[in-house]
Amino acid sequence: MELDFRTKYMGLSLRSPIVVSACPLSEELGNIVQMEDAGAGAVVLFSLFEEQIRREQDRMASIQMATTNVFAEGLDYFPSMDEYAVGVEEYLELIRAAKERVDIPIIASLNGITPEGWIDYARLIEEAGADGLEINVFYIPADVLQDGRAVEHRYLDIVETVRRTVRIPIAVKLNPYFSAIGHMAQSLAGAGANALVLFNRFYQPDFDITQLRVLHNLQFSEPNEIRLPLLWTSVLSGRVSAYLAATTGVQSAREVIKYLLAGADVVMTASALYKHGIPYLRTMHDELAGWMREMHFSSVNGFRGVLSQRNVHDPVAFERANYIRILEGVKR
Amino acid sequence: MSAKAKIVTVDANEATAYVAYRVNEVCAIYPITPSSPMAELADEWSAKGIPNIWGNVPEIIEMQSEGGAAGAVHGALQTGALTTTFTASQGLMLMLPNMYKIAGELTSAVIHVAARSLAAQALSIFGDHADVMAARPTGFALLASASVQEAHDMALVCQAVTLKARVPFIHFFDGFRTSHEVSKIALLSEDHMRSLIDDQLLYAHRRRGLSPDTPFIRGTAQNPDVYFQGRETVNTYYAETPGIVQDTLDRFAKMTGRHYRIFDYHGAPDAERVLVIMGSGVETAAETAKALNAAGEKVGVIQVRLYRPWAKEAFLNILPASTKALAVLDRTKEPGASGEPLYMDVVSTLAEALGNGRRSTMPRTIGGRYGLSSKEFTPAMVKAVWDELKKPEPKNNFTIGILDDVTYTSLDYDPGFALDETGVTQAVFFGLGADGTVGANKNSIKIIGENTPLYAQGYFVYDSKKSGARTVSHLRFGSQPIRAPYLIRQADFVACHQFGFLDKVEMLHLARPGATFLLNSPLGKEEIWDALPRPVQEDIIAKQLNLYVIDASEVARSVGMGGFINTIMQTCFFALSGVLPKDEAIAQIKKYIEKTYQKRGQSVIRKNFEAVDATLQHLEQVAVPNAASSTRRLPDTVPAGAPAFVQEVTAVMLRGHGDELPVSMIPADGTYPSGTTQWEKRNIADFVPQWEPDSCIQCGNCSFVCPHSVIRSKFYHKDQLEGAPEGFQSAPINARGFPETRYSLQVYGEDCTGCQLCEEVCPAIHLADQGTKAIHLVPKGEILDRLQTNTRFFETLPVNERSVVDFASVRGTQFLEPLFEFSGACAGCGETPYVRLLSQLFGDRLIVANATGCSSIYGGNLPTTPWAINGEGRGPAWSNSLFEDNAEFGLGMRISVDKQTAVAADLLRQLEGALSAEEIAELLSAPQQTESEIRRQRERVARLKARLLALNTPVADNLLSVANNLVRRSVWLVGGDGWAYDIGSGGLDHVLASGRNVNVLVLDTEVYSNTGGQMSKATPTAATAKFASAGKRVGKKDLAMQAISYGNVYVAQVAMGANPQQTLLALREAEAYDGPSIVLAYSHCIAHGIDMRKGLEQQDLAVACGYWPLLRYNPALRRAGHNPFVLDSPRRTLPLKTSAYNELRYSVLARTNPDDAERLIGLAQEIADLRWNTYEDMAGWDAKAFHPG
Repeated sequence: MELDFRTKYMGLSLRSPIVVSACPLSEELGNIVQMEDAGAGAVVLFSLFEEQIRREQDRMASIQMATTNVFAEGLDYFPSMDEYAVGVEEYLELIRAAKERVDIPIIASLNGITPEGWIDYARLIEEAGADGLEINVFYIPADVLQDGRAVEHRYLDIVETVRRTVRIPIAVKLNPYFSAIGHMAQSLAGAGANALVLFNRFYQPDFDITQLRVLHNLQFSEPNEIRLPLLWTSVLSGRVSAYLAATTGVQSAREVIKYLLAGADVVMTASALYKHGIPYLRTMHDELAGWMREMHFSSVNGFRGVLSQRNVHDPVAFERANYIRILEGVKR
Repeated sequence: MSAKAKIVTVDANEATAYVAYRVNEVCAIYPITPSSPMAELADEWSAKGIPNIWGNVPEIIEMQSEGGAAGAVHGALQTGALTTTFTASQGLMLMLPNMYKIAGELTSAVIHVAARSLAAQALSIFGDHADVMAARPTGFALLASASVQEAHDMALVCQAVTLKARVPFIHFFDGFRTSHEVSKIALLSEDHMRSLIDDQLLYAHRRRGLSPDTPFIRGTAQNPDVYFQGRETVNTYYAETPGIVQDTLDRFAKMTGRHYRIFDYHGAPDAERVLVIMGSGVETAAETAKALNAAGEKVGVIQVRLYRPWAKEAFLNILPASTKALAVLDRTKEPGASGEPLYMDVVSTLAEALGNGRRSTMPRTIGGRYGLSSKEFTPAMVKAVWDELKKPEPKNNFTIGILDDVTYTSLDYDPGFALDETGVTQAVFFGLGADGTVGANKNSIKIIGENTPLYAQGYFVYDSKKSGARTVSHLRFGSQPIRAPYLIRQADFVACHQFGFLDKVEMLHLARPGATFLLNSPLGKEEIWDALPRPVQEDIIAKQLNLYVIDASEVARSVGMGGFINTIMQTCFFALSGVLPKDEAIAQIKKYIEKTYQKRGQSVIRKNFEAVDATLQHLEQVAVPNAASSTRRLPDTVPAGAPAFVQEVTAVMLRGHGDELPVSMIPADGTYPSGTTQWEKRNIADFVPQWEPDSCIQCGNCSFVCPHSVIRSKFYHKDQLEGAPEGFQSAPINARGFPETRYSLQVYGEDCTGCQLCEEVCPAIHLADQGTKAIHLVPKGEILDRLQTNTRFFETLPVNERSVVDFASVRGTQFLEPLFEFSGACAGCGETPYVRLLSQLFGDRLIVANATGCSSIYGGNLPTTPWAINGEGRGPAWSNSLFEDNAEFGLGMRISVDKQTAVAADLLRQLEGALSAEEIAELLSAPQQTESEIRRQRERVARLKARLLALNTPVADNLLSVANNLVRRSVWLVGGDGWAYDIGSGGLDHVLASGRNVNVLVLDTEVYSNTGGQMSKATPTAATAKFASAGKRVGKKDLAMQAISYGNVYVAQVAMGANPQQTLLALREAEAYDGPSIVLAYSHCIAHGIDMRKGLEQQDLAVACGYWPLLRYNPALRRAGHNPFVLDSPRRTLPLKTSAYNELRYSVLARTNPDDAERLIGLAQEIADLRWNTYEDMAGWDAKAFHPG
């Protein structure tokens, strides 16, 4: 049976629903080429962090200021810095190079901290040839005086700003902590988001209890973390006018299948590639194909969303009753 | 200026290198101030693939010394490549042997020299002609350029001439005054270069090169029969050279419209008094002549351009027949000579002309010295020389510009005399090295020089400190070419970019009446007046200055530019100075901002634009009252209790009036008192450490790492707190057995640079106040008074007795008095903590031979020096000889000490009878390892000296003069990696092989730090540096293994930031070892491109990455049957990248050439791993596997 993996995401035609999510693996062009070779439907590049650029620029400026024209014998201390572009140039160059080398869509990811940052970098990313732009807000409302509406507006303002700036499709990587995710998703789509990515795994610090300090270690997502995004993918599928990408906990084809069943247009992974290497994408496709054959699905579109809340017979299963059932299951 | 010429604003280094690079194929160099930028630019252009006029990219090679560079130049020339080099001062001295060869073989070559003083009574980086004058006998022609444009033009002329004349050339210009003066010039095109240089001569040069296809031998050894004649064979070449130079200058004039002659004349054609001079002083003299002649005098100036070969006839021809008196000015000194070189040439030429009838009269001719070490040379001084010539008996061998009240050589001059500078806008800017003032001013010169018809000149004065350094920028703009190679004295615009300078720096003496004074001030127009010191108010009123203020720091903060005030102050200058119409100026500034920051993104550009716009809104004029209201006087430069020399000499230098010190006040032989930094309270830090006694664990880490010795500790009986000022901090000492003992840690806040290393290493966190360490930085203003009071009291507490301090622990060393304090090293310097520790451990019996470099500059650059004296009057004896000879210099000290000790021992034995045998035996053989043993020996020697005085015999007197040597001396050879790995490598190797008891401390920053970050053989693979802009391709030399290979050398590799205890152990073991020892100390540096606050963390990472293994090799262990090789750090736990990419020197390559960077860092990792494996193997060997030392 000839299988059809094609899907659409952000209005882009993809050959596969398995997409590489934003992660440092895409910092190297060679890896992006490998991702295409291994079957990725698209690649979301690692996030360009405005804050990081600013910090690096400030660091460079401080070092240059501290070392230039200070002392008569050494008016500077480094070879010419003309070519040392601290900023977005390196990222843009990667977009350009990737667009030249691969055929799959290249989606940039941007994390801004100022309105100018969003506008400037989004425009440059579009000019560099990115097929789409994922907005990675990555905002933790640690200010306890800030209310939920303000947080929502922050997201919506950013989306509207970027929408006004670029013509390429934009996706928003959401966090799962909005009071009303469904409404928020609708609002984001209304503000101009072409796609929603569920969800952003925020940096969550750990503590070292002997040294009494905060630990900054990254943990990859595990399959058991799939449930929250699975729930919301199911709930939102078909209910918002935006494409849906599901991410978090994707370690094998099993999670891919689940998300697709929930109604995701694409499924994103990075953890699996860190764990098994980029060629593992091929394995995931093979396993997906095996399952489709087993289940007699000839295309991804053929089974996408069959377990979304809209399509299941017992939509309440996704709501409180489901919760109670689970709890009862635990008791048993 | 040729209509078609491209106009650029550059300094003479760049102007010269621009041509030299394009008309050569090979360049072998070695960095030396002030010529280094020429070589650096050549390297940069080569790295970018910029071709010479023949289409090939010149090959640039950095050598291990100037001697090496000269050798490589000689070799490249002998095999037919067009080759050049750039140098100065001692560098030229190291080239002399080769220069004789190059000239003797009639080899076409040009060496470009930024002429600089030679080290005599002291080193000086500044300009005069001592170096080039020392090269006179080599056979090189000498051609002097007087300005930036000339340097550019003559670089080409010399190259064209040497190919034809076959006489090699030194092309020189004045170091700093010309080499670093930024000026507007017409750029020569490559067509100009191709036209002036005959390719046939290039081919002839190549044909003369050695080739096995046309074999011949050159470089023979000759005997008495023919050597002499051989020397005379070259005469015709020298005879023809002046003519060839003039022909070439004439061809050049046709091409460019710029006319030069081998001797040029400026002034009245019928001049009666003529001055002969070469170099940058020419313009000053010529402009002064113009002014005096306009006033009715008859004076003239002969500019010597071609000095060697000396063209007698041309000189006689240019000398006006009307000349009655001549003054010849030399920018050099030849002690003991009947006159300086140029004077002697002129006198002999005139005498010969008189003798042979060529002239009928001999004008009265005097010679004098001026401008040594970039001493100012002004129109007033020039006038004084002409005035002297009016006298019936003018002074010969005079000096001008100083007051010589010892041998009365100096001429008086009227400092008030100045030329009319109408039409020239003159501006002076006072800033900090780190506030971007100089950079912004260089930018302003470019804006004006390259975008308007105005001429521009910029000259920048730096002080000799590396932290908190002040800069003074002197900028001139005008519609006519600016010929004023001297500092501004009557400024139309004075800017003070640092509010704190008001109390420290005299500025308004440079303002002309009615000038504008711009002040960066936190106080607005309403509040500022009362906050000014009275002398400043008085100057403003007396000179009717227009006072403007802006809170540039606040404007910078408001637009998100942090502390960067440079763009703001630059905008103020353009807004107020009227050099350009305001709108045009603002448009130009914005254009340059866009150009400068285009790669940094729109937001950076926008921020700068906002800063420019906000500046204009915040700039305020202050209404100046008619009378001064302030009662605040400028504080004393040094405290009243300072020694007389410091009061009378040092303080004058500190106030910026060193030029006024007469000869009688200056030590005759370069000997200065130690420990003068203590009198200079620089107060350069805005934030200083605050100690929290309650949370402090008294570990001593902060004191151990402090680069400026500003954190001191003492323990004392609690009763000594009686009379302590309120707020004096102390805590019970954290040690058993001292129940009534208190501990105090005192921060010398006025001497602190605010580097924050102390806070970074403090392990004690205040648990109730999360994040606050037991030592942490606070705004100095809040605690300064308390710090001053407490420091004064702290100094009254007794210094802890060395014999009761535990030298073996970091904690213990905090109680040892540092005898190296408050140096001018960079804030957070990675070298000085080691140096300070050395002074603490062995300071009262320490002799230091210090190689030239950072450590000799922060260790010995006037006005104040940091090597100090303890309460008993003892302290380190320190000297710097040269860069290349430090190992030998130190060995000489060791040999001398050993000799005098042996003499003392011998004399002591001769006194048997007068002294008891027991006394003598004790003096000669008592152990002197521990501090208490040394103290006992000191007591014995003191008793001996008392006895000797009483004996009063010739033997006793003799012994008295050497008796101090009976206390063991600790001889240390200190220097950086440039010395140890490169220029001094041969000497160091020899000294280590000598077996003598010398100790070497290598402060390894892995780069030439002092001269601006050039690659050394210590530079690691994958790091960039100047001359390794594409990343160093080969590995760092393993100096430790080289030394270990001798078997009898104690070797240690240390990094204080990784393991302070091991550092301490290594220094003590090295000193205790009776033989040669070497300690390689990892020293983080601003040249690494790091946040200096994190310097120690970087050291730790370098060790954790296995890049810098900590090790000790102690031959004494081998002798005792143990493995002498101890590895003190564990196998790496992190990849090299973790450490490397925190440093700009590595990360710059990852940005510019990621693929190459990846490959090189991989190679570096492999090298580090292999080195580690070797060390690990060695650590497991049996003692017998090592060389028996």
